[in-house]
Amino acid sequence: MIELEGLVRRYGEREALSDVSLSVARGQTLVVFGPNGAGKTTLLRVLSTLLRAHAGSVSVLGKSLPDEAWAVRGRVGLLGHEPLLYRELTARENLRFHARLHDLSAERVEERLAAVALTDRAEEPLKTLSRGMVARVAVARATLHDPELLLLDEPWANLDPAARELIEPLIGASATRTRVISSHDPSGGLSEADLVLGLRAGRPALLRDAERVDPSEIAELYR
Amino acid sequence: MYGRGLRTLSIATVAVMAIALGLVFFYAPLEAEQGFLQKIFYVHVPLAIVSLCGFVAGGLMAIQHLRTRDPRWDMRSYVTIHMSLIFAVATLITGSIWAKGSWGHWWVWSEPTLVSFLIVFLLYATYQPLRFAIEDPELQSRYASVFAIVAGAFVPLNFLAVRLSTEYLHPRVLGSSSNLPAKMQLTFLVSLLGIALLYLTLCKYELTAKHTRAQLRALRRTLVGEGDPSYRRSRSAVPSL
Amino acid sequence: MRRTVAALLHKELLVELRTLESVPGMSLFAVTTFVVFHFALNQNSVSGDEAAGILWVTLLFAAMLGINRLFVADQDQGGFDAFLLAPVDRSAMLLAKALALLAYLVVLELVAVPAFALLLLGPSLGQALPDLLVVLLLADFGVAIIGTLVAALVVRTRARDLLGPLLALPLLVPVVIGGARATSPLLGLTHADSPPARWLLTLGLYDLVFGLIAYAVFDFLLED
Repeated sequence: MIELEGLVRRYGEREALSDVSLSVARGQTLVVFGPNGAGKTTLLRVLSTLLRAHAGSVSVLGKSLPDEAWAVRGRVGLLGHEPLLYRELTARENLRFHARLHDLSAERVEERLAAVALTDRAEEPLKTLSRGMVARVAVARATLHDPELLLLDEPWANLDPAARELIEPLIGASATRTRVISSHDPSGGLSEADLVLGLRAGRPALLRDAERVDPSEIAELYR
Repeated sequence: MYGRGLRTLSIATVAVMAIALGLVFFYAPLEAEQGFLQKIFYVHVPLAIVSLCGFVAGGLMAIQHLRTRDPRWDMRSYVTIHMSLIFAVATLITGSIWAKGSWGHWWVWSEPTLVSFLIVFLLYATYQPLRFAIEDPELQSRYASVFAIVAGAFVPLNFLAVRLSTEYLHPRVLGSSSNLPAKMQLTFLVSLLGIALLYLTLCKYELTAKHTRAQLRALRRTLVGEGDPSYRRSRSAVPSL
Repeated sequence: MRRTVAALLHKELLVELRTLESVPGMSLFAVTTFVVFHFALNQNSVSGDEAAGILWVTLLFAAMLGINRLFVADQDQGGFDAFLLAPVDRSAMLLAKALALLAYLVVLELVAVPAFALLLLGPSLGQALPDLLVVLLLADFGVAIIGTLVAALVVRTRARDLLGPLLALPLLVPVVIGGARATSPLLGLTHADSPPARWLLTLGLYDLVFGLIAYAVFDFLLED
């Protein structure tokens, strides 16, 4: 599903990601830990095809990036820090726009609005909704096209426990869904993980199956 | 290796320019109407030609940069445009002196070359501020290349448009470079060669200096490691290699 | 491709209708500028070269306002990422944005040209109107293409409101030349020959060349 070999991504003369190699199988969840600036977001963006690798090889969904990126887009969903939505438009208008970009029907939009329990607020501009609600619309956007690979950058940050339960079916673990999640929460993150990657200053400091990782080792990364 | 041939090039430049100067002052005949002042033509027009070629070359190098993503092409494009801008300023200054001497005004709108140069200068003067305003180095290089390509294509179009618009107003004040007597032609060609060599030599110097500095930084980094202050390079309009 | 352009254009126009950020400002700016020109020139009416000059300078500077705002909403609200993640042809964004800007320019002219005829123009516009519309449309294409390109170039910089016009105005000089020279006989006291073909050709050539170049380089502005 995901194969990284010696991935390097630079920012100017500094290496944001250095020599990252790993392999994630279909249906597995990789959780990435690390302090701010360690490269978690960069890694997610490379996997989403938004950034290209400067060295090393990247293969996502069996396709090599960046040459076959066009075949991957549309099968990957990214939920980042920004909701990627227009504040002046309503939830429905935003989702309809994304649906058109992905060639999806209007019914799918209604389905998703119901799934995140926002049908009754779907006609109000996003700027009038609370941060938690906007986060739910963002989840709807990221999963609208039923991506095979989900890339989640601290997905639970803006959501209350009720909302978390609500979106669980959309972003939770499943046999058909491969996930890469970046997290700051050692115990919570670990419970979701099959595989753990710890990054420090762009370098992989820890790469192991989740069962064999102790929360204290993750805390070490932040020291 | 950028430094190779630098000495040969420098010597050649000095030699040709010396010959050109000699020709300008002692060989080329005095022009009937404008007298001694006309000799500025041997500096002004070559400066203009070299500068324009430089801008277009910068655009071509930018195309290469976008195609190969090799930062060295961006460096070449940057240096070429940078140098051409300096030569463009020199063109404007020499053109202005010539206009003052011939027509009594420091600026004439009826000379299409001068006017086109002003517009081209105003456009390329934004190149460095544009680069400086983009912090991400890779983004900066890429956007600068796009600009260089658009601006490079603009240069000939602009000349065409300006020439069309001034043609019917006044006859060309400063004269064209065709229909010259043989002695003047020779002097002109040697001058052109001299200025072209000067341009190439200066570009090569700048490229060598920047390249060496980049190598030095890379060496320092491997020695000092992560803590090296050069990693935290402040914002700069200059491409990094 | 067509579907994507339609989706993008729909979104553009929807956001503009909701925020009314660009078009009203551009139109008002144009009318205000005409008033300023009246006082600055101390003339009640203008014609010929003068009229053409005032009209084109005003339209151009009003266009700058629209150009400055063209990509701002996308940049600030993460719109690029969403588009880049979709399985679509990226040139669609160039087309959609240029078409949107073209639409704004047309609306601007629908306000500005009558205002100009009312406030400053000496000769009556009637017979010259069809020719004028042709010139305006040709020029609008050029402004739309260059405007979109420049807007995309400066949107991620720190001084985008300043750099935008600084880049766009020199690049648009041929459009001003072609437009003003073509319009001048139309606004003359003795009406009204058709605009000389050379200027229409200049505008057409400009549109073609920069249209092709924009299409070729635009992708590089979006990626990575």
